[in-house]
Amino acid sequence: MFYREAGQFKSTYAKDQAIFPIKQDKLGVLAIFLFALLVVPFFASTYWLNSILVPFLVFAMAAIGLNILTGYCGQVSLGTGGFMACGAFFTFKLTTAFPEINIVLIILMAGFGTALVGIAFGLPSLRIKGFYLAIATLAAQFFLIWMFTQNPWWTNYNPAGVITAPPRALFGDFYITGALATPLNKYLFLLCFVAVMALVAKNLVRSAVGRAWMAVRDMDIAAEIIGIRPMFAKLSAFAISSFYIGIAGALWAFMYTASVEALAFEVTRSFQVLFMIIIGGLGSILGSFLGAAFIVLLPILLSNAPALLGIRMSTDMIAHLEFMIFGALIILFLILEPHGLARLWQLAKEKLRRWPFPY
Amino acid sequence: MISRAFLVITAGAAVLSSSLWSIPSEAQEAQFFPGLQYRSGPYAPNGIPFANGYADYLEMLNARDGGINGVRIHYEECDTAYNNDRGVECYERLKRAGPSEPASWSPLSTGITYALIERVAADKAPLLTMGYGRADASDGRVFKWVFTAPITYWAGADAIIQYIQEQEGGSLAGKKIALVHHDSAYGREPISTMQRLAGEEGFELSLFPVTHPGLEQTATWRQIGRQLRPDWVVMWGWGVMNSTAVQEAAAVNFPMDRFIGVWWSGAEQDVLPAGTRAAGYKSLGFHAPGADFAAHQDILRYVYDAGKGWGDRSGVGQVLYNRGLLNAVLAVEAVRTAQARYGNRALTGEEVRWGMENLEITNERWAEMGLPGFAREIKLTCEDHEGGGQAFVQQWDGQSWNIISDWIQPRNEALRPAYEASALQYATENRIEIRDCAAEE
Repeated sequence: MFYREAGQFKSTYAKDQAIFPIKQDKLGVLAIFLFALLVVPFFASTYWLNSILVPFLVFAMAAIGLNILTGYCGQVSLGTGGFMACGAFFTFKLTTAFPEINIVLIILMAGFGTALVGIAFGLPSLRIKGFYLAIATLAAQFFLIWMFTQNPWWTNYNPAGVITAPPRALFGDFYITGALATPLNKYLFLLCFVAVMALVAKNLVRSAVGRAWMAVRDMDIAAEIIGIRPMFAKLSAFAISSFYIGIAGALWAFMYTASVEALAFEVTRSFQVLFMIIIGGLGSILGSFLGAAFIVLLPILLSNAPALLGIRMSTDMIAHLEFMIFGALIILFLILEPHGLARLWQLAKEKLRRWPFPY
Repeated sequence: MISRAFLVITAGAAVLSSSLWSIPSEAQEAQFFPGLQYRSGPYAPNGIPFANGYADYLEMLNARDGGINGVRIHYEECDTAYNNDRGVECYERLKRAGPSEPASWSPLSTGITYALIERVAADKAPLLTMGYGRADASDGRVFKWVFTAPITYWAGADAIIQYIQEQEGGSLAGKKIALVHHDSAYGREPISTMQRLAGEEGFELSLFPVTHPGLEQTATWRQIGRQLRPDWVVMWGWGVMNSTAVQEAAAVNFPMDRFIGVWWSGAEQDVLPAGTRAAGYKSLGFHAPGADFAAHQDILRYVYDAGKGWGDRSGVGQVLYNRGLLNAVLAVEAVRTAQARYGNRALTGEEVRWGMENLEITNERWAEMGLPGFAREIKLTCEDHEGGGQAFVQQWDGQSWNIISDWIQPRNEALRPAYEASALQYATENRIEIRDCAAEE
């Protein structure tokens, strides 16, 4: 009834190729963004801002990055944690060396640095595929973590090998990192930043580059025959994916925990992001957000659930139950909808179109 | 089918999340003690006894004295699984979950400590990192909200080297010492001090990082036992890494009495898996093991006899249990000190911080609490958030831990400048104003 595209005519190609060709989608996304920007800050407690929304946005960014590589270009990567560490440590080195440069520029520069690292570790993808490539990227993971752990230079010779986010302002007194940053500042900055980056990613995957990635993903020999250079497609996917993941790592270290050691980017982090895009939906920007929400929010929700339902339970019981239920839900979702939450949303839209008179 | 499942789940999530928004704020006259503990995850075997000791002591005070000077204690736990992200989430969750502001925080993890240092400063709550965390936080002029009492890792490294020096008859020149450490912020803390001492005393230091969680040590110990053959091995381990190391050391026939762990590598859980071969293994300690104290008897009587114990009765008095208890004692005594100034009511974090900074526990006070000789006298000041810093060496005889050395006083004349230099670097990087202790009363 409400979700119907009848009567929305496209009279130009530009209109037909819009990101959200249906008016309801466009308004819906805009409404969600405005709600997050204007309403949430007034109602969310610091717990919500600090521990739920900030990590969710950071992980959404990482998931977009990995989705570009794995979901769109079909190159399986287990190096996400290592690339996140690159972003975090590059940002730390740059911002302590050049405190006068704006932190956003620093984060973008760290992203470019990570992109270079990504290209270097993406080179094997020109020769190997699938599981073998996953193992090759695993090497990146271990090498990078080893490098950041073993070289005290990366942490400015901190005796414990930990980097701490120094206070940096976006402009004036609007601090977004360090002790002076309020949760609200961090949240607002992240929201806008991630929204812009998601928009860029969405446009990228619709461009010629994005189509080249998808062609390589679907069948690389066929793609080569129709004139797509696999080398360019694969390496650009590695570069742009690493760019996003590096930024996510910088945001994780600077905005969420505010202090990290290389251990925070262990291989489990790579798996976490990989699960996000598998559950959220491979090859979907929306899926990156949904997957991040599922992996980040659900465990927190589960561990809060007994208290909310008024059940008194021992701490270890809650922790173990959380693992069990979370695991069961992952299996359940993958059985019910192997194409991820994004596909589920798509099906829901199909149904909504005909609601309330399905045929 | 699919849409129904989807709807049920989203509806459930919506209901739960809407109730998450509102956090109950009942005004009760109870002091909130948050517990960042871990009863799950790879470090749970060590986290559980610590958490039990902490919780049982608070429970006992409630049952025996009706709280602290009549102010009841409200204790709540969150399971961090020794995971930094989770620890931060738990901190944010608990900080407004109690009937009053949190009295103090003790995450029992160096990694979580690092993540909390800025948060507690912003939220104005004291952070008590008892024998872990940032050593340079002993400089209270920079780290106003962080307390390292009773001892830091740097002091612990100094104490171990002093002990080895004494065993070697005074000189360490030409000796080989290996440091087997957890490859994390925790395990790397002592390295700088050990390296400095290696230069000063002329011993040769070899580092053996062990990756989390520490089950893979065969190669490390083969190298130690067959190739390097050090005179002494020092260990900075935690959790399953400890018991693995003790077993591996036994497997390469490394002499156990030349193997010393830090205080986190010296509990029953660490030596029991190796059986009789662990006998002789040493570790540092800063409080007595065992349950032969009046306070422990009170715990057994008021908590366990009433069926309210957090753990198993047999666990009372274990090394890590006593460490949790000591942590609770320090936190409670800080509240008591602050109550003397602000009145017997639920205090704010800021007030408890004052109490902690002016904390003084004399031997008489230890005896009064039913813990005579349990730990050293502690006196904290604005400059010195460590206060004392003595440790002893204890040895496992196959049955129990026994104290085998006197209290060792770390050489603060060298450590203190190191704390100050490191704290100063932190202050400049993070633009922290250095407190003028003389100006504050």
